Amino acid sequence: MPLLEIQHLTKDFGGVRAVDKFSYQLGVGALNAIIGPNGAGKTTIFNLVTGIYDPTEGHIFFGGDEITGTITHQISAKGIARTFQNIRLFSDFSVLDNVRTACHRYASYTVWEGLIPTPRRRREEKALAERAWRLLELVDLSDRAHEMSKNLPYGHQRRLEIARALAQEPKLLLLDEPAAGMNPDETVQLMDFIEQIHDSFDLTILLIEHHMEVVMGLADDIVVIDFGRTIAQGTPEEVQANPVVIEAYLGAEEE
Amino acid sequence: MSQYYIGILILVCINLLAVLGLSLMTGFTGLFNFGQAGFLAVGAYTATILTTRYSVPFAAALLAAMVTSALTSFIIGYPTLRLKGDYFAIATLGFAEAVRLLVENLEKITGGSRGIPRIPTLTNLPVALAAAVVALILVANYVRSRHGRSCVAIREDELAAESIGVNSFRYKQIVFAINAMLAGLAGGLLAHYIGFIQPSMFSIIKSTELIVMVIFGGMHSLTGAVFAALALTSLPELLRAAQAWRLVVYGALVVLIMVVRPEGLMGSWELTPANVKALFVKSRPAQEEG
Repeated sequence: MPLLEIQHLTKDFGGVRAVDKFSYQLGVGALNAIIGPNGAGKTTIFNLVTGIYDPTEGHIFFGGDEITGTITHQISAKGIARTFQNIRLFSDFSVLDNVRTACHRYASYTVWEGLIPTPRRRREEKALAERAWRLLELVDLSDRAHEMSKNLPYGHQRRLEIARALAQEPKLLLLDEPAAGMNPDETVQLMDFIEQIHDSFDLTILLIEHHMEVVMGLADDIVVIDFGRTIAQGTPEEVQANPVVIEAYLGAEEE
Repeated sequence: MSQYYIGILILVCINLLAVLGLSLMTGFTGLFNFGQAGFLAVGAYTATILTTRYSVPFAAALLAAMVTSALTSFIIGYPTLRLKGDYFAIATLGFAEAVRLLVENLEKITGGSRGIPRIPTLTNLPVALAAAVVALILVANYVRSRHGRSCVAIREDELAAESIGVNSFRYKQIVFAINAMLAGLAGGLLAHYIGFIQPSMFSIIKSTELIVMVIFGGMHSLTGAVFAALALTSLPELLRAAQAWRLVVYGALVVLIMVVRPEGLMGSWELTPANVKALFVKSRPAQEEG
């Protein structure tokens, strides 16, 4: 059974069809990619899966359960975490608090205990802080834990956003253009980092990316979409050799 | 201490209650509320009607004021908290005006625009001070809890907060209700301090005065809320000798702060032992922003 299954997903914005009968299966443990020219509907697919938009038509299944139209914060509880194309950190929070806030599910103390601290709150808060620290060490950000996240260099902000997603211990991680705006050095580091978390967290990863080297280097399977429709799917080599893809995307990009 | 200064302190405590709620709601959660006077009115009239007409004990009347105000926040919040920022602020504005007009027109219950006179003056300094201190401790605990962090996350980026599993609607309801309870309590105390209430006391001027205190003190700082309640409540009173000029001074001061330090006096700095120590150990002014 695939971890994520999308059936005939369609999304209209007024008269524009952003996603057109998109079907897709993602196996457990995969590291796959969606590519396509600007405006092809890639991010819209992520927004549909994470409940930010309701689909016009079609169904989304996660671990066998239908999640079509589920509210965003419940999607997170089901085990799907994501990052955003334009980094969305809690910029007034410290690095540590960004991660700690995302750990909130691992504490169960009530709002009343928020007002009047109890031993349970103290115990759970300590555990939350430890959990956040462990994660920061894993992603190599622990030495900047008390810095404001908005003061981090760009590449670190990306990594922090991924760490925040990982703090939810998701089964599926959706990365929306993780290498956007990165220089070649940062990009190589990021690729290593994504492979590392894919292995050590037992994750299934689906990424959207424009950097061809990232996609070709990381993904086992690539689906190419244009105008919201699948135009090709296969291994990096197959996709690179596919004339339809070259015409729609690679050809234009390579000049 | 003379009766006059005690009176000012009582008003400071009452304003602080309403400002703490606003600070939690507007400063920490990012929900602008321009209708705080509406909740003060609900609290003031609930408590007053109970004590004057039904001889309910003061403490029970105050509790009823808090509960009624919180219930009102649920009724107002349910349809409006899903609105985007500015629209919600306008809804609170409308709510407060609606409350004021209701009070004016329900003459049989509220005394209409003439108000309710001869309310027993049961609010004294110990009561007001205890209420303000307890409220400050509870709100300070809340903002440092996981729930408080989730609220700030909503302010920082609601979509990102939702995507990490924060139920933003629920948290907005919670802080709106906490805010309403504190404002309801403030209203009840105010009525039983002044001994007289009428609808014009709860106009948009009162709402504005309270939100100005939050912005003046620093949107993300409870220390700032306390300081602003203290300074901006007592200043107009202490400047009474300056007659008409006192409001000019008040206004100029607020404008000055906004120009010189738009994040408010305290910004997001809190008066905690660790932060005070940091001030003296490394005198780096940048630390203040922390």
